[in-house]
Amino acid sequence: MKRIIYVILALFLVASPQATMADEPKIALIYDLGGKFDKSFNEAAHNGGVAFESATGVSYHDFEPASEAQMEQAIKRFARRGYDLIIAIGISYATPLRKVAEDYPDMHFTVIDSHVDMPNVQSVSFKEHEGSYLVGMIAAMTSEKQKIGFIGGMDIPLIRKFASGYAQGARSINPDIEIIENMVGASPTAWNDPIRGGELARNQYARGADVIYSAAGPTGFGVIQAAKETDNYAIGVDSNQNHLAPGYVLTSMLKRVDRAVERAMLGAYNGNWHSGVEVLGLAEDGVDYALDEHNEHLITDDMRQRLAEARAKIISGEIVVNP
Amino acid sequence: MEAFFFDIVLLLDSSIRLVGPLILAALAGLFAERSGVVDISLEGKMLGAAFAAAAAAAVTGSAWVGLGAGILTSIALALLHGFVSITHRGEQIVSGMAINIVVAGLAPVLANSWFHLNGQTPLLDESQRFTSITLPGVEVMSNVPVVGTLYVEVISGHNLLTYVAIALVPLSAWVLYKTRFGLRLRAVGENPSAVDTAGISVIWLRYQAMIVAGVLCGVAGTSLSTALGAGFIRDMSAGKGFLALAAMIFGRWMPVPTLLACLLFAFSDALQGRLQGVELPVVGVISVQFIMMLPYVVTVIALAGFVGHIRPPAASGKPFVRSR
Repeated sequence: MKRIIYVILALFLVASPQATMADEPKIALIYDLGGKFDKSFNEAAHNGGVAFESATGVSYHDFEPASEAQMEQAIKRFARRGYDLIIAIGISYATPLRKVAEDYPDMHFTVIDSHVDMPNVQSVSFKEHEGSYLVGMIAAMTSEKQKIGFIGGMDIPLIRKFASGYAQGARSINPDIEIIENMVGASPTAWNDPIRGGELARNQYARGADVIYSAAGPTGFGVIQAAKETDNYAIGVDSNQNHLAPGYVLTSMLKRVDRAVERAMLGAYNGNWHSGVEVLGLAEDGVDYALDEHNEHLITDDMRQRLAEARAKIISGEIVVNP
Repeated sequence: MEAFFFDIVLLLDSSIRLVGPLILAALAGLFAERSGVVDISLEGKMLGAAFAAAAAAAVTGSAWVGLGAGILTSIALALLHGFVSITHRGEQIVSGMAINIVVAGLAPVLANSWFHLNGQTPLLDESQRFTSITLPGVEVMSNVPVVGTLYVEVISGHNLLTYVAIALVPLSAWVLYKTRFGLRLRAVGENPSAVDTAGISVIWLRYQAMIVAGVLCGVAGTSLSTALGAGFIRDMSAGKGFLALAAMIFGRWMPVPTLLACLLFAFSDALQGRLQGVELPVVGVISVQFIMMLPYVVTVIALAGFVGHIRPPAASGKPFVRSR
């Protein structure tokens, strides 16, 4: 019994100096389902955390939930331990985060790609239409037949933002360009149906489109597959998908989750973190098009120059991209 | 006219690609129900096979190993369903539903822990998949108008599993109507007591039917992830198992009519994609949501209106209890 008391006392002694170091923020990063190295959202968030760590020397804690049931527990556990900032990645955190944020009104939370309207929560989302504008320009500058395609996942306002930006970008190059638009479905299965995505893509290619932009999550793998099999171009989305079929993926519209995570962490570090809604566009480096060794030969210098001009004009407000 | 013909060719080509997994699953359901076991776990078996096939193909680099893994997984699930509903006379709908739910959860979890790719398996490259086959005579036929175009665009250029699926329809009909096994199978679904009286094991016959259903669903699932697609993605069966059940009922538990029903569903699905955002005569552009309803509306009309009186196998869904 005595020994147990000593152990507990020893634990207190070890724990107390950390608690007094208030200048170094305690930051927790909670991923979406799928694991830290999913080559997508979570990995981007992880990269943001690593960038913050190497810039400031401040470490953070992270957690990979194994199921949706663990999400609320995880946030609560970090909140109870008195973390200064808890960052949650993904749309599935909207409900659990709201609950915990109500229970811990003095704690700070950042939720990415989701919206929680609470005084102690920062909701970060992206101007997908601005990134889509740039890839729309790339599509129009590449298309030989001046006929391009768009395949959206579920027919929801978010996906309409992608479609709208894409069309505006393409029409800025050629106002008469023909755009074939398809939606995969009206239920959540639309995100996970590469078979139907591939079918829609084949159909669009057969009807003369030679570049297709898919904003449909994993359904887009089917589109990329179809591009490869029919020798056409596809445009990836969310993370850099150029490597999935080198030479057939023209580019990818990036959502810079890493930047969003790094910004939130730096905010906590510099003391200028604030709650509310943040929408990251081209000006904030929140969206971009992907350029790497797989597609650098597809994007010519002339194209890069026009893209840079358009980017500058969007940032300055000369071009307004409607969502 | 030219454009119209071209569209029809595209739609037919797409229908044949989509019909492969559908008809395989429908035949699996047909064999199970003809033996007296209701099988709504087609969806789960397909998904399980899709996962196993993609995982095995990714690890070993061979589509054939993937096919084997897919079939074995599907047979295991089918035997589980058989164990519950044949040996223990459990509620067949509940068992089937349980398999669907278990697989829908288990496959992404396993994929996560093995591959760390967000519940997916790695994307397969060409050597790990069943790719499209160009049939002989395409060069010659491509010069022939209409028939040649149909041959080149619609008949040729599908993957091996699609051809297998189509070939299995007449084979199933032959097994069902011309072999001793088929006769006994039909009998056990209509009147198991008579089969039992004749000294034939009802239990063993039904297990055999489950194994056949397992193999067929295994091929269906494998074709999803290693032929039509290139890797497993969570919930990628996307309701095809249930659509197959509807096709089987629409086809009145007979192989050839079931194939026609599957073709109708696949065609309406392809048509749905084609009609989105297209200006139609008289009505103009119909909004996407209504167009997307098309395959489901066809299903409802088919099942409620067209088939008329449906008579399932008499003993379907009833566990066999030997009367004393």
